Amino acid sequence: MFDTALTMNDLIFLAKGAGITLIVTAIAVFFGTILGVIFGVFRFQVGPIWAAPLTFVLDVFRSIPLLIQLVLANAFVTTVLGWRVTGFSWNVTGFVVACGVLSLYTAAYCSEIVRGGVEAVPPNLRRAARSLGLSWGQEMTSVTAPMAVRVALPSWIGLSLGVMKDSSLVFIIGVVELLRSTQVLITRLQEPLFLLMVCGAFYFLISFPIARFGGYLERRWTYD
Amino acid sequence: MIEIENVRKSFGALEVLKGIDLTVAKGEVLTVIGGSGSGKSTLLTCINGLEPINSGRIKVDGTEVHAKSTDLNKLRQKIGIVFQQWNAFPHLTVLENVMLAPRKALGMTKAQAEEVAVKQLTHVGLAEKLSVYPTRMSGGQQQRMAIARALAMSPTYMLFDEVTSALDPMLVGEVLDTLRLLASEGMTMICVTHEMKFAREVSDRVAFFHQGVMAEIAPPDRLFGAPQHLETQKFLAATH
Ligand SMILES: Nc1ncnc2c1ncn2[C@@H]1O[C@H](COP(=O)(O)OP(=O)(O)OP(=O)(O)O)[C@@H](O)[C@H]1O
Ligand SMILES: [Mg+2]
Repeated sequence: MFDTALTMNDLIFLAKGAGITLIVTAIAVFFGTILGVIFGVFRFQVGPIWAAPLTFVLDVFRSIPLLIQLVLANAFVTTVLGWRVTGFSWNVTGFVVACGVLSLYTAAYCSEIVRGGVEAVPPNLRRAARSLGLSWGQEMTSVTAPMAVRVALPSWIGLSLGVMKDSSLVFIIGVVELLRSTQVLITRLQEPLFLLMVCGAFYFLISFPIARFGGYLERRWTYD
Repeated sequence: MIEIENVRKSFGALEVLKGIDLTVAKGEVLTVIGGSGSGKSTLLTCINGLEPINSGRIKVDGTEVHAKSTDLNKLRQKIGIVFQQWNAFPHLTVLENVMLAPRKALGMTKAQAEEVAVKQLTHVGLAEKLSVYPTRMSGGQQQRMAIARALAMSPTYMLFDEVTSALDPMLVGEVLDTLRLLASEGMTMICVTHEMKFAREVSDRVAFFHQGVMAEIAPPDRLFGAPQHLETQKFLAATH
């Protein structure tokens, strides 16, 4: 089994795929979280009735399989908008579409997590903060946010790890990330089990620090 | 001075305050007694603008609380309020709990806020607890911390809403002592309470609320000694 045809160049090729996975995930989680916080706080603040249109749109993103969203979005961008860019020998359009779709997908889930976190803060604490003279924003940032973050953190870490794994689907629009790179090598070297193990190890290497970091924050933030 | 003029307040179809008229002068200690649901807490939350009112007027030092132009955040800086549930911010230490509002709302530096906070915490007897998280303290200590937190804003008025009701009987005394201390220092206070002995002792006047109406208001000797209103008599008979 360790008698493999895998060369150093192939490993670098895989590492590049892992890099794309990491970048797509990082971008999606970054923008998805910002949007998710905005959407989540908005939905909490205006209540379910006024938030209904937004909630509906976010539900659409949550319920349609990512694969379909990617294909449709890519088709829309390339054919309807006619936007097709390639450069540095890779698929720029696909990359941008992948990041966009994954960001919205993340935002849809994240808004739910944020809303739950904010709702978990006892209203009495918020009233107490406001009656001390804090403005809405000051209360939000110094009381609600720190408490909501503690509640939401485990789900948010889970979401980030999920997005990383789901990002493997972007191969469908021609973005060569980690899993796609592995498939390319499998086709060439015909060593599927070994290569999938290497690929899995790469995924693990990326996820493990995130998961551990989450665990660390959780311990640090428990109320003494 | 707090001036309350013909204030009416409803929650949906339920009228909770049915035309309250009341003036509290600087330096006065007013206690409010009355049955459950008579509108005592609602009145306090209307005074600092946490709750809107349906009609009438509340003025604090001449500023109309519910006027659109009123900066409530600013107004609330001079009205401290402490609730039955002490509402400690669990993610902050005792010191940080007290420093928060002076830093954010008054724009104090860390050093200034810390000085104020330490002073107020010492005042309520918590100088030893500065770096402790509130959940590690007894209810009485947390309630005293909440009082220090309100005092750190140097309020002109303090509103207390049954601050001892959620405490173990053992811990009531220490919190009442803190209130007595404030009263003796000339703080203007409105205390909603079920502690009749305390009310008799510290109040300049006692108001009795019944079903959204202030049925009677008088100095403690008169209100407890010779209550005029039938409902006051019934209430006092029931609580004694
Ligand atoms: N936010 C609210 N929404 C709806 N009804 C409310 C709300 N707050 C209070 N009420 C109702 O208003 C009435 C007066 O309540 P309030 O809390 O002012 O009474 P209270 O005199 O403080 O009573 P207690 O001694 O039990 O604290 C009660 O019938 C209560 O159910
Ligand atoms: Mg009450």
